[in-house]
Amino acid sequence: MESILLLAHTEPDGSLAKPALEALTAALALGGDLTIGLSGASVEPAANQVAGAGAKRILAVVGGAFGEPRYSTDAASAEALARASGAAIVLAPATSRWSRALPGVAYRLGGRVDTHVTGLAERDGVPAVTRWFYRQRMEAVLTRTPRPWVVLLDNGCVPAWDGAAGRAVVEPVAIEAPATRTTVQGTRSPLVGEQTIRPDAKLLFVAGAGWTKKQADGAVHSADAEKLILGFLRATQASLGGSKSLVDLSGEGEAVLRFMTHMNQIGQTGATPRHAKGLSTCCHGEEPHAVGWRFIGARRAVNLDPNCGWARGKADVLYVADAFEVMARVNRLLEA
Amino acid sequence: MPDPLQTLEPVTTASGPALKNEMMLPAVLDPWAGHALFEAAHLAQKTPGSKVWLVSLAPKAKLQQVMMTVAQKVPFELVALDGPASGFTDSFETAAALAGAVEAIAGLDRSRLLLFGGWESASRGAGSTLQMVGERLGIAEQFQGVDQIAVREDGSMEILERIEGGKHQVSVCAAPPAVLGWATGNLPEPRNNPQVGMLNMRAVMPALQRAKPAPIANAGVAFVSVSLPKQQRETRVVKDMPAEEIAREIVAWIGEE
Repeated sequence: MESILLLAHTEPDGSLAKPALEALTAALALGGDLTIGLSGASVEPAANQVAGAGAKRILAVVGGAFGEPRYSTDAASAEALARASGAAIVLAPATSRWSRALPGVAYRLGGRVDTHVTGLAERDGVPAVTRWFYRQRMEAVLTRTPRPWVVLLDNGCVPAWDGAAGRAVVEPVAIEAPATRTTVQGTRSPLVGEQTIRPDAKLLFVAGAGWTKKQADGAVHSADAEKLILGFLRATQASLGGSKSLVDLSGEGEAVLRFMTHMNQIGQTGATPRHAKGLSTCCHGEEPHAVGWRFIGARRAVNLDPNCGWARGKADVLYVADAFEVMARVNRLLEA
Repeated sequence: MPDPLQTLEPVTTASGPALKNEMMLPAVLDPWAGHALFEAAHLAQKTPGSKVWLVSLAPKAKLQQVMMTVAQKVPFELVALDGPASGFTDSFETAAALAGAVEAIAGLDRSRLLLFGGWESASRGAGSTLQMVGERLGIAEQFQGVDQIAVREDGSMEILERIEGGKHQVSVCAAPPAVLGWATGNLPEPRNNPQVGMLNMRAVMPALQRAKPAPIANAGVAFVSVSLPKQQRETRVVKDMPAEEIAREIVAWIGEE
């Protein structure tokens, strides 16, 4: 097998987050000589964290500028690590930082890149990646001949490496931070006070546009809908998703759920999250089912239309019922 | 790109994978590219002296079809490239074609360029094309998953990018040039404006006639397989069950390991 570089940026405390450890599992499974390339303001905790993984070398670009998530500095450190390693396969977790920077790095190295990879394995003696096309509608396995081949592995596809920590020997790769016109200011949550997106939650709760439509009494009950949905999220710590039609309402002057933003959207132009279970409510469109739910394990749905897309083999159970009534009772049971 | 709301089925052709009846499928502007276009037009409208070029790579006939609707949305000048719009085309070669087209735009001040595009696409979903276009044009200030840009009084730009955990990263870019790969942004789709459409179409048809061939060879890529997922669930449709009982089932199901 060809030589592999696992690229990982460190967290503010110098350690590696779960996606990096998942990519390490994938790199080890592929075989071949493994080099680990670390980038960040500090890397010692990360290097010690993976000291027992069996990497031939651990390289590191260290410096304050490389601790900030920014294209120019991330690309410079990744490029330097890739050149220092000479690896044919450059594997990295699909974090927002690496997804932003590594395609450009592939160009600088004269290589190629594949993103959103869900599997990586040897086929007929060569590495092959699995990824989805047309928004999770079809799955392909492909190989490439140009090297280096930069591969960004989607999160949650393989278990995180959990070997023993140790004391690592780190080879520094010295580079100057490139000049940049970009200053990182920090992070901002779309709405203050209510965290509704929880990537590590076991359950995804998806709300559709039906929550904001006229109900049986002829009135809209969006305030009740907000109370029911937030009550459920607080009780279960589920992650919240929304259909495109629902998140678009906020731009069209209709009744809206105030905590629902485009960040919550799943489906065609939204996310395709990975959760063990998913509960859909008032969500009728085909899109969220086909695309947004591709990587959801057990699926249940509550809506009033027995002929909706869910009934056509997308959900395990479809409850034909009023979601307002059902969720009010669910919340009462959860509170009890 | 082929309308993703159609039934899409892969087939194998002499040149690699494609969609069944691909040239018969209705074409649409990629949703993310659409958001980028609308954000660009919105920014240009607020910034005197700005102009929007739409550089697009697609089969010429399909591009003409797409322009019939897109041209009514916002003012722009089309730069057309006649090539494949398939999800199976490689981003490396696509980036080369697009960067070449940008370089050839007469009157474009590249020191003031804001290169907008879709963060990903609904066809390949690569999320890698724009970065390579930026590299080819020598632009190292790049942002992906952008939801907002605000130009400040001093000309610097505050940019919000999507990151993990439903948060935005806030960055300030002192000045152009920069690459911005847009997520959905916050703007609604503009209403059709026939006057804008007529104005755009005057230049669109000549641009389509001038479209340069941009073949994408997919050099060095070999598809081992392309298939539709076979997963079909046996859905239990539950009717006429009291809400209380449904609630109990759901709560028990949530609690299962």
